[in-house]
Amino acid sequence: MDVKDIIKPENKVYGKCPVMTEKVLHYCPGCSHGTIHKLLAEVIDEMNIQDKTIAVSPVGCSVFAYNYIDIDWQQAAHGRACALATGVKRLCPDKYVFTYQGDGDLAAIGTAETIHACNRGENIVVILVNNAIYGMTGGQMSPLTLEGQVTSTTPYGRKIELNGYPLKITNLAAQLDGTCYVTRQSVQNAAAVRRTKKAIRKAFENSAQKKGTSLIEVVSSCNSGWKLSPIGANKWMEDNLFPFYPLGDLKDK
Amino acid sequence: MAEKLLMKGNEAIAIAAIRCGCDGYFGYPITPQSEVMETLMEEKPWETTGMVVLQAESEVASINMLYGGAACGKKVMTSSSSPGISLMCEGFSYMAGAELPCLVANVVRGGPGLGSIQASQADYFQAVKGGGHGDYQLIVLAPNSVQEMYDFVDLGFELAFKYRNPALILTDGVIGQMMEKVELRPEKPRWTDEEIIKLHGSWATTGKTKDRPQHAVTSLALESAVLEKFNLKLIEKYKQLNELEVRFEKINCDDADYLIIAYGSASRVCEKAVELARNEGIKVGLLRPITLYPFPTKAIQDMVKQLKAIITVEMSAGQMVQDVRLAVNGAIPVEYFGRLGGIIPTPEEVVVALKNIIK
Repeated sequence: MDVKDIIKPENKVYGKCPVMTEKVLHYCPGCSHGTIHKLLAEVIDEMNIQDKTIAVSPVGCSVFAYNYIDIDWQQAAHGRACALATGVKRLCPDKYVFTYQGDGDLAAIGTAETIHACNRGENIVVILVNNAIYGMTGGQMSPLTLEGQVTSTTPYGRKIELNGYPLKITNLAAQLDGTCYVTRQSVQNAAAVRRTKKAIRKAFENSAQKKGTSLIEVVSSCNSGWKLSPIGANKWMEDNLFPFYPLGDLKDK
Repeated sequence: MAEKLLMKGNEAIAIAAIRCGCDGYFGYPITPQSEVMETLMEEKPWETTGMVVLQAESEVASINMLYGGAACGKKVMTSSSSPGISLMCEGFSYMAGAELPCLVANVVRGGPGLGSIQASQADYFQAVKGGGHGDYQLIVLAPNSVQEMYDFVDLGFELAFKYRNPALILTDGVIGQMMEKVELRPEKPRWTDEEIIKLHGSWATTGKTKDRPQHAVTSLALESAVLEKFNLKLIEKYKQLNELEVRFEKINCDDADYLIIAYGSASRVCEKAVELARNEGIKVGLLRPITLYPFPTKAIQDMVKQLKAIITVEMSAGQMVQDVRLAVNGAIPVEYFGRLGGIIPTPEEVVVALKNIIK
């Protein structure tokens, strides 16, 4: 039997999501971004909302997110994604609007825009990719860097007396009356990937139902920034990040 | 007969926005321009035209809300005063870089820093030389009456969309706060979704349909050759602006030996100063730039041969005078007179300053 005899529509069990473009991802091997992109594309495809979705990309590793998910995108200044998303959603209320941001973008320079968009209850979805580091600029400390974590700007480990405490911004968002759904997920194994996809779907549905802001934190690995192998990074994430940033729903109303 | 109303300059901006089909206003309170948002909230345009009005958490947020709306092809605007405009400069740069149209009104107050809440023209450099980073220009309109505050909202949107570039109304606390008669222009309806796709469907993020490629609104161009090409495209746009969109007014210039150049509220003072000086036999005229960018360089150059000297009158430490000197290029003396800190020069002071350059 030739391989051509096997490649038939009836034998297909899995394929590239059509909402993903043909471009090769620029992310490092082992990075979580690619998986999260794929999940977003799949949800958009399954909900058939490609023409109704407008996304906002941040400054950081995912600045080029628009190259990979085949929808209309706006690229924001560092930290301002939630303000852009507010403008889009207020003026185009029939669109699905999401931001895709890292922890440096969302929880340092963009704290005000994020908290106030959540507090106004903008009917948007906020995706926070938390790898506890600034990836693109070369592995500096972010507000979500753990105590003791070595980064290029905390070469002897993050010290509380010098740098303050890691910011649990997702817990903070869950306290706000404007958020309807706040959850912390991950994508390091198949079960986690399925749970994250379910969370994304739910968040998009919340937007349609005008329930308020949905925030999904995806605790992610940055093996390049952490200077670990992809497998080693996943283990470090499970051993160190998950105890401090426990997975699960923080709010679901 | 067209309807005429007595209103403040700031109120005129708000009323004009509603009547010219603006889709959204995003602002943050600051003296002396808070009446813009207050008037909009009072008028409740979301119940009539559907215009969105939202109070943002900061000027940083409001300019970025404009980015979001503008990238969807919507007519969006904000207003602020000097310290707030400083915060928006990041957004101006990104919007110019992403070629997004929007309208911003700066009701200037004294600076630097927190400065005062009195009228000033000290933000000229910030408005016409950048403020934000990178090679970009704003389209800058300088009204000198409440009627022009009203009219320049529509004009600002027209130019912003024609050139896909942010436009700025550079006004000040005097014009923002003073009351004058305003003739209301015919109302323009907001663009429908279909009209937006027809007008801006080639670039705006209106939702990717099967029949067109994705639209990604961005100012990012990592490759040097790509960015240089884009920079050159912007330069070409600004060249077009300089060729086609220069606006100015000339008063008593035909036989003038001397020329006062002033814009905004300073030009109102100078109109009187010209009258007083002419009563004393001094042949002086007034050139009022209406667009500060593009600057009426050629109009000034065309007058140099008939003139003995030029004086700019500014409520700043002398900013526009530098652009006049560039235009004149040393051919005749160019002097500056101004008051600072929110003090408005009197016509008599201007006449004294004029006589000082004559002797």
